Amino acid sequence: MEAALLQARELACWRAERLVFAGLSFEVSPGEALLLTGANGAGKSSLLRLLAGLIPAAEGTLTWEGEDCLADPAAHGARLRYIGHQDALKPALTARENLSFFARLWGGDVAAALAALELTPLADLPARVLSSGQKRRLALARLALAPARLWLLDEPSVGLDAASVERLAPLFAAHRAAGGMILAATHLPLPLPDARELRL
Amino acid sequence: MIALLARELRLALRHPADTLSAVMFFVLVAAMFPFGVGPSPELLTRLAPGVLLAAALLAALLPLDRLFGAEAEDGSLDQLLLSGLHPAAIAAVKALGHWITTGIPLVLATPLAAALLNLPTEAWPAAMLALGLASAILSVFGAAGAALTLGARRGGVLLPLLVLPLSIPAVIFGAAAIEAAASGLEPRPYLLLEAAILALAAPLAPLAAGAALRGD
Repeated sequence: MEAALLQARELACWRAERLVFAGLSFEVSPGEALLLTGANGAGKSSLLRLLAGLIPAAEGTLTWEGEDCLADPAAHGARLRYIGHQDALKPALTARENLSFFARLWGGDVAAALAALELTPLADLPARVLSSGQKRRLALARLALAPARLWLLDEPSVGLDAASVERLAPLFAAHRAAGGMILAATHLPLPLPDARELRL
Repeated sequence: MIALLARELRLALRHPADTLSAVMFFVLVAAMFPFGVGPSPELLTRLAPGVLLAAALLAALLPLDRLFGAEAEDGSLDQLLLSGLHPAAIAAVKALGHWITTGIPLVLATPLAAALLNLPTEAWPAAMLALGLASAILSVFGAAGAALTLGARRGGVLLPLLVLPLSIPAVIFGAAAIEAAASGLEPRPYLLLEAAILALAAPLAPLAAGAALRGD
């Protein structure tokens, strides 16, 4: 096994006057998937936001190849994709326009990304008319745009039908085969074979 | 950054009501004054510079609390912060987008409001310049205010309290420029002073806004 790329040491998170978790250590190596499980409010989403550098860690260190991730948040942001609870779609823009904004930031082929999640027939519809599952697929299509080493997914399969969840399998497999890492918070089974589980 | 600005403008085109409501507000406030103070032409001319500035700045405030609020609600702000753009650059682009979609329409509506307030036509170009500069100053300070009040309850009330005091110099010099032009004097020194405020605020306020966005 290759050396761990991402290492968390004794992480603690403090949100709204409450200690969400403390003393959390784990590491992730290229090609690995880590499922975050735990009850509601256990801090899965907070951990993902912390790993993305969106909220500060109250304690502990987070390193990438031995270097502190949070020292340069912009550079850290560039090597990860974060799919949060919210789909980050603009209702007034079409599916294609929503995605091409991110394609202009990161590069990547919009048509291929739409096709990867079978959204091509919906490409020219405004995002406000899409169903919640279709919106979720459009948010996930960002993953298929341009490669990034680390995927942080917050309940990626919420609102998706079984067929759509299965459609994620090749996307996840290709990402891991290329040395990518996936951290996903979930309550539902995801198509991630040999994923380790981290219980919060 | 160009991608973000293009998205801002495209969104504004899809929601023209936001821009229109600011312009309508501006023109309506200007139209209320003749009813309130009576139709005395001299009095209106005397009041016009201050009314134009105050009405324009209040109108430009209207869409400000959605500047980052809308992005934060739908999760776009997280994506923007992770996009590799510096937070200050995001704030600067948002401020520029706000000025293009609110400031420029207000400038274009200035002759209409100026006519309602009996401002002499010689002063219209100076009024448009003064309003353009003042709305740009409000856009940059407003972006900082919007970033600071993001997530605060009653942020919509807090925002004007933070931003309007910072805009007072813009009102003073802008109104002085219009008044000078209306009485046949040279408005240039006042406009240059107003431009100097903008030159100071434009690089500094986005830094403050960026730090506020990052700190959440």
